[in-house]
Amino acid sequence: MKPMKHVLLLVTMFAVALCAPAFAAGKSIVLDGSTTVGPIAKSFAAYFMKKYGVKVTVSESGSGNGAKSLINKTCDIASMSRAMKPQELAAARQKGVSPVQHTVALDGIAMVVHPGNPVRTLTKAQIADIYKGRVTNWNQVGGPNSRIVVIQRESNSGTQEAFKELIMGKSAQISKTAETQASNGAIKNRVSSTRSAIGFVGLGFVDRSVKPVAVNGVLPSAASVKSGKYQVSRPLYFYTNGQPAGNVKKFIDLSKTPDGKRMVAELGFVVK
Amino acid sequence: MRAEEVSKAGGRSGAFIISARKRKLQRAVQKAGESALLLIASFVAIVVLFIFYFVAVDAVPYFQLRGFSEFFTSSSWYPADEPGEFGALAIIYGSLMVTLGSTLLSVPMGIAAAVCLSDILPFSVRQYAKPVIEMLAAIPSVAFGFFALVIFAPLLQTQGGPILMWAWWVLAAPFLLLAIIVVSDLLTAKIEDQNKRQQLSMVLLAVFGIGALAFLYWVGSVLRGLEIITGTNALNVSIILSFMALPTIVSVSEDALQAVGRELREGSYALGATRAETLVKTILPAASSGILAAVILGVMRALGETMVVWMASGNSSHIPEPWFNYLEAVRTLTATIAGDMGEADQVTGSARYHVLFAMGLLLLVISFFSNLISERIVVRQRKILSGQ
Repeated sequence: MKPMKHVLLLVTMFAVALCAPAFAAGKSIVLDGSTTVGPIAKSFAAYFMKKYGVKVTVSESGSGNGAKSLINKTCDIASMSRAMKPQELAAARQKGVSPVQHTVALDGIAMVVHPGNPVRTLTKAQIADIYKGRVTNWNQVGGPNSRIVVIQRESNSGTQEAFKELIMGKSAQISKTAETQASNGAIKNRVSSTRSAIGFVGLGFVDRSVKPVAVNGVLPSAASVKSGKYQVSRPLYFYTNGQPAGNVKKFIDLSKTPDGKRMVAELGFVVK
Repeated sequence: MRAEEVSKAGGRSGAFIISARKRKLQRAVQKAGESALLLIASFVAIVVLFIFYFVAVDAVPYFQLRGFSEFFTSSSWYPADEPGEFGALAIIYGSLMVTLGSTLLSVPMGIAAAVCLSDILPFSVRQYAKPVIEMLAAIPSVAFGFFALVIFAPLLQTQGGPILMWAWWVLAAPFLLLAIIVVSDLLTAKIEDQNKRQQLSMVLLAVFGIGALAFLYWVGSVLRGLEIITGTNALNVSIILSFMALPTIVSVSEDALQAVGRELREGSYALGATRAETLVKTILPAASSGILAAVILGVMRALGETMVVWMASGNSSHIPEPWFNYLEAVRTLTATIAGDMGEADQVTGSARYHVLFAMGLLLLVISFFSNLISERIVVRQRKILSGQ
């Protein structure tokens, strides 16, 4: 009898273990997408779990992957740092998904250099030339005599696409010698440790380890992004499949509550 | 029943007498066991075939869409543009460059370490040294990548010249010393007179030693003067990958050296060979097939590694200027597949999606052929050694 009891106990334990996530899954919210929107999504998630006791899972795999997850119905909310492309919308329609766009906040893309770099300001044309590979030395834009290490994001990145669209124009090609890093954090890390590097990160990622450069004479800040003076800025989105309802709606509407606005501002983004 | 009777009657053990039914059952069980094992073994083979098949199925549409020439001859990699450009030449080159670099570093180091472990160090030291080296293999590649990106890359930028100089001295000095000793030993081995031999080998050692020191110093001072602009480059990745390939190379070639056995070693000493002669002329040739297998395994490790190169190679798809410049950022096949997969997926059916499979197929083909070649060399070597 005794072994029988043990077996029964084990079976029940397994059953409970298997069911527990299933119960939670009924209520939980899954987010996937942009690494730029990631900090907002994560602090919203922490706040939401504390307030409503609903489990929120946040993955950061790039805007493109977020869209993919939404289309494949593996997430409830896709966080994206760019609008969905026509091909993505078409792919969504094909799979019976109707993406709905919600603006969470505004974000400036800050051009950052090493704190020891004397260059303070660049024009949009100069930045475009640096990324196109026409300007390859800092002394061509008023800096020291040193080769420029150009750092970009990988092609999954919404920041990368927004940067290309806002600074370079759609059809321009970034120089072949430009290095590629996989996240805002990795770019910040590389720029903060490389004297002759230039990169771009979301405004929320700028801290003392890197130096933001003024673009066309305007430094990136919450105020300059909101007023539209800082030209390299874009809205950040949450996408849902159809109009949100229930917990998902509550989650998305967080950005309109005072607490949500406070969190967005604290993270260095700009409240819409 | 009958068996029991017999055993009672004859007083012998019944276990040895098997009835027809029992025999049948036994045979059935044996067949079942064998076929189960065969099934498992063939499953592994089938998995490999399926991987080949599915990668090829998704790779072929790329070549149908864009042809072969762009992929292999152009170095313009702009998959996200409209229309995209899919020149993978620079990426293939980057993969080969990083693999070659790590092989050049890890193979001499690995074989030297294996020789040292198997023939030079006392047994008690070897017992502890080998597990420690093998532990390198247990470190996850993302940890290596993190180290390469966060610690090693900035270090190369600030202290690159001196680091290279010291690395050169530490790595090259023992090799040159060993080479000098072996060469002078071999050159003087034919001289009969004991005194004359010793004198001549001393002279040779001194001459070679001064030459080697001058060479070491000259290369060292050139390296010291180098300034490394970006630390995420081919050199960084080659060094880290060579560390990752080392445990495989050391462990497998040490096993091969051990497998040579006492007889050959003692036979060689009995013929009057010195230790160096025994090592170079007897043991290394005898173990060469195993060492080659170790080298191929190490090369495959470096070619297939993804996380480290994705994090620390810089990922810029151009062929360095000049072509052997390891201080520039490169991009490899594996890193490109890892980095571009996410975006490519939603436009399934496009060249941008299939080109990644073409890269995967290329990697598979490269590793398949190098395995094949190594297998053939091993077989031939075995034939030569067994005197056929």
